[in-house]
Amino acid sequence: MMMVIAAFIVWALGWWVNVRLANGAASDNTAIKILIPAIFGLTVLVVWELLVRALEINPVILPAPSSVIERLATAGPILWADFRQTILKGALSGYVIGAFAAFGVAVIADRSDFLTRGILPVGSFMAALPIVGTAPIFVKWLGSDWESKAAVVAVMVFFPILVNTVAGLKDTTGMQRDLMRTYGAGYWGSLFKLRLPAAMPFIFNGLKIGTTLALIGAIVAEFFGSPTVGMGFRISTSFGQLALDLVWAEIFVAAVAGSAFYGLMTLIEKRITFWHPSQR
Amino acid sequence: MRSLVPVLTIVAGIIGFWLLAVIPMNMHLVADQAQRDGVEVTPSTPAERQELSGIALSFANPDLIPATYSFKRPRLPSPQQVAVEMYDTIIDKRITSKRSLVYHGWVTLAPTLLGFAIGTGMGVLLAVGIVYSRVMDRSVMPWAIVSQTIPILALAPMIIVVLGSMGVQGLFPKSIIAAYLSFFPVVVGMVKGLRSPDAMQLDLLRTYNASKSQGFWSLRLPASTPYLFASLKIGISASLVGTIVAELPTGARAGFGARMLVGDQYGQPLVSWAALFAAALTAAGLVALFGLIERFTLRRMGMQAA
Repeated sequence: MMMVIAAFIVWALGWWVNVRLANGAASDNTAIKILIPAIFGLTVLVVWELLVRALEINPVILPAPSSVIERLATAGPILWADFRQTILKGALSGYVIGAFAAFGVAVIADRSDFLTRGILPVGSFMAALPIVGTAPIFVKWLGSDWESKAAVVAVMVFFPILVNTVAGLKDTTGMQRDLMRTYGAGYWGSLFKLRLPAAMPFIFNGLKIGTTLALIGAIVAEFFGSPTVGMGFRISTSFGQLALDLVWAEIFVAAVAGSAFYGLMTLIEKRITFWHPSQR
Repeated sequence: MRSLVPVLTIVAGIIGFWLLAVIPMNMHLVADQAQRDGVEVTPSTPAERQELSGIALSFANPDLIPATYSFKRPRLPSPQQVAVEMYDTIIDKRITSKRSLVYHGWVTLAPTLLGFAIGTGMGVLLAVGIVYSRVMDRSVMPWAIVSQTIPILALAPMIIVVLGSMGVQGLFPKSIIAAYLSFFPVVVGMVKGLRSPDAMQLDLLRTYNASKSQGFWSLRLPASTPYLFASLKIGISASLVGTIVAELPTGARAGFGARMLVGDQYGQPLVSWAALFAAALTAAGLVALFGLIERFTLRRMGMQAA
């Protein structure tokens, strides 16, 4: 009972500090802006821990954060092996293949207005479909190792990147294109000097959507067959053994990897599209 | 309408590619079967055939090509096989039959819609909270954005099992996943939409001496409608994907996800393919439905659909 009350006090205290910080004079400081969500996240963790202990929730249903952290520390080699198998081999290679394929098709489609008008609706239509359902088919075709995961990921990221790139390549005004023509630039000249740079904000939008899809595709595809390593494999088998702390540790790794991947893309975007209004 | 012909061309191109791909994909299986039936096949041993690619084998045995389109257990079924299977399981079967895709579709669709309704409702409420409370904006919003980069879908099977162990079964566990997946697009879209009125419009309301709730109902909420619909279209397809994935590795016996798995495990690729296409059709139908509602609503509100 004490711990339930303590949980409520911690929650109230965290919220009160945040109210003070958010409505305080310095609330627009960068440090405060980071501090507030950090306090919020920390309060959630502490309240979670206290409630799990106080109500003696079965660790099979919801493990305490402390046991997940313990698992993170002790299961390092397993987590690293799974990370390499699923994210480095499956998700990343599929992401690169899908991105380059989409990019290539977009540049080809861009040469003809007819193709562009056909590809845009079909592509955005395909992007909304449950493509992850193709996972069992690819596992059957390409075997259970990372190649089949890469294929699922490649197909999943293909359409968002394609649609965004095609739309981006259209995003120049007639006056800009005319200017390039007066400079004597040919098709490739204006593509590389004008239209590709102008398309970059769109392309990065597609690339950023793709980062989450890549992780989802790689993990979900492993539910359909994988070698005895990989995050999806570990999640589904640890479940069978009721080792939920390991499952949560895998999810933690996936979350950090997903955020890092997204963050990396945002960082590259900032460096490349520094000229765009949204970055200034 | 101007893009109808280009779209049809692209679709025809995709189907054409599919038709061509069927031949080399199934050639090895067809050749093996033909040999068992006593037909002369070049090269004559399975080991030698394994050496050849599907394309080379097709050139060596042109008379076997028609068989690749009607093979019973193909690696890649032909479009007409999928179409026939879908016709059989959607239109020819009574919808109460366990083999009817309409029945399985409803098993998937019901939790999707329930979850979508829950997720959208909660998402709108949280968005209102975020717009009106500085604390919530500062503390919850960053986590809402970070949570977008987490592969939540990977959690789906786990949530189902955990809830199952607590005695919660049936429609509800799948709805939770569907709700979660539609929740965040709606939050992010609605926050953007509720904040879309510019300073001049807000000032105008102040000169009218409008109260906070009047400002909400007659300015912020209408202004957020286009954003809401954009989010709804993302949310509904995310919900459907969530429900399907939730059905996959949890031993579900009905639903699109279960059908895909059954076809995979019992060597009936047509069942998997039909379920996959039916799921795609359902997703497309739902998105199109929301597109229609969007157009109608925005026109009634005097706005142009994006």
